[in-house]
Amino acid sequence: MSTLLDDLHQMWRSRLLEEKIRDLRLAGEIQGSVHLSIGQEAGPVGACSVLGPDDALFATYRGHNWAVARGVPVEGILAELLGRETGVNGGRGGSAYFSDVAHGFHGENSIVGAGAPLAVGAALAGKYDGSNRVALTVFGDGAMNQGAVHESMNFAAALDLPVIFVCENNGWSELTPIDDMVRNPILAERARAYGMLGERIDGNDPAVVRDRVGDAIEAAREGGGPALLELMTQRLVGHYIGDAEQYRRPGELEAAKEKEPIAVAKRKLAAAGVPQNQIDDAEARAREEIDAAAATAQAAPLADPSTVKEHLYA
Amino acid sequence: MPKYSFAEAANAALRRVLDEIPETLLYGEDVGVPGGVHGVSKGLHKTFGDRVFDTPISESAILGSAVGAAMFGRRPIVEIMWSDFFLVALDQVVNQAANVRYVSNGTMTAPLTIRTQQGNSPGAVAQHSQNLEAFFLHTPGLRVCMPSTQQDAYDLLLAAVHCDDPTIVIENRTLYHGAKAEVEINEGVQPIGGLRRRRTGDKATVVSWGAITHKVLEAAKDEDVDVLETVWLNPFPWDEVLDSVRRTRRLAVVHEANRTGGFGAEVITRVAEAGIELTAPPVRLAAPDLRLPAAPVLAAAVIPDTATIAAAIADLATRG
Ligand SMILES: Cc1ncc(C[n+]2csc(CCOP(=O)(O)OP(=O)(O)O)c2C)c(N)n1
Repeated sequence: MSTLLDDLHQMWRSRLLEEKIRDLRLAGEIQGSVHLSIGQEAGPVGACSVLGPDDALFATYRGHNWAVARGVPVEGILAELLGRETGVNGGRGGSAYFSDVAHGFHGENSIVGAGAPLAVGAALAGKYDGSNRVALTVFGDGAMNQGAVHESMNFAAALDLPVIFVCENNGWSELTPIDDMVRNPILAERARAYGMLGERIDGNDPAVVRDRVGDAIEAAREGGGPALLELMTQRLVGHYIGDAEQYRRPGELEAAKEKEPIAVAKRKLAAAGVPQNQIDDAEARAREEIDAAAATAQAAPLADPSTVKEHLYA
Repeated sequence: MPKYSFAEAANAALRRVLDEIPETLLYGEDVGVPGGVHGVSKGLHKTFGDRVFDTPISESAILGSAVGAAMFGRRPIVEIMWSDFFLVALDQVVNQAANVRYVSNGTMTAPLTIRTQQGNSPGAVAQHSQNLEAFFLHTPGLRVCMPSTQQDAYDLLLAAVHCDDPTIVIENRTLYHGAKAEVEINEGVQPIGGLRRRRTGDKATVVSWGAITHKVLEAAKDEDVDVLETVWLNPFPWDEVLDSVRRTRRLAVVHEANRTGGFGAEVITRVAEAGIELTAPPVRLAAPDLRLPAAPVLAAAVIPDTATIAAAIADLATRG
């Protein structure tokens, strides 16, 4: 149960970071589109726990949780979103497109599906640099319909490259449900067409994700080629902050709240007899960290416009 | 006259063409049931049923299917949600749509309309901020227009759908939900081409297009200058622009797109080629050649602001 308690703490760090981001966005301190993945915390926590330091992670605009799970400091994330000099990209990246290579986080991407070919390249480079690197790219169910994703899966499969394609299936692509946009709703089955492993798994259980992604990584590292894992999950919030969510189906959110990973983990821990104060402490510690990080980020100077031309060329 | 916001004006034009032209189809990501992420196609699926529909997130298939359907008698109107997303499927526009009529010696045509929007809004990231009109203007065979008023949001879209060429209508998301204005619902459809003379004066000619025109008009409000908004970029109103410059002998071009290879360079070159002697060097105001940073303070340092434009116009008008 100690692993689940750790996972719960990690999930709270993501959850509370995103709640803080939401508050700052609503207060106008953060500007522009912000995509939260509240409800989707288990996937990043499980998957990142089996990535090594040299492995490469490519995420999407809904990437805060993946960054946190990969070890990117929350203060650097908050500062980035607030447009501060101390942000992980000094304010150039923003909520939907930041990166932190120092922590093995090779970027979000605000072009749907665009991380997949980049991950193929990271794996390809690993073939030549002796690092034995595995690349993991995560994208939504809607992204499965991008040409770039299909090309990447086939390319990685044909070349036996160690790429783990993680599809976070939250059922929605912006305002449109995935089951209206595909004929076969089991997206993992597409893997078979490329000759690679494809599995649909419970994306709300960090242990299941750790286990299945871990196996796929191990196989890939040993030359077994790529895999596609479809993590079934849900976003409890809108596509972006401000989304009126009129598209939601009756009862959908209520059902989602029952299944969401933090609620499930808390129930499991309580059922296993873990004392309530330990369960509560996982949240309390995370809250303390996030509050302190936010205060520091807010106190940092805004990005300096006189530096705006730096870093375009070598 | 009805009063419409920019988005409502575009919606009214879509409603009219769907109503009047049975061959039209309207589709794209979130375009149908949700009514578009910017609300531009609100209510149209309800009225027109399966002629208005949602698609997978598959830009190549959206654009390519529109070209193919247009070759077979439909008049598709498709949406590329952000102009940045064109880039994942540019083949279908540049290698396919633009070639259909020419290479077939006129035996095939592809009368499709592509609606998109571009530009920067506070906090938008680098992949959601680009102004890409020059890409399309570099491609012969495509028509391109850029409305910036409620009236033009209606008129240009209507003209685009009636145009028999592949036509790209580039809107700007900062305009969609601004003020409402009276929009004249013309009986007829305006021909493509032409410009809008937004201000008349003798000291200089200022050429601009897209949302930045609003900044230009604010910047030029006390100046004795011609402000020409070239809402159609292909066909471009060369005669009118050259006539104005011949009279004022001073020229400024203002666009939000990057400077190098921007269409402003083309305007200045044509004036030079026409042998018009200027009394002061031409002025080009554009975004410096940078990626767009997300932080609003950084982005503001990149995109020309009203004060910079005003200073440049005032200076130009008195030089030489
Ligand atoms: C190439 C491209 N097309 C369209 C978009 C607009 N867009 C942003 S998010 C999104 C929905 C993506 O849904 P999904 O892949 O399921 O990911 P989720 O948002 O659910 O995480 C769309 C269509 C984009 N950013 N890039």
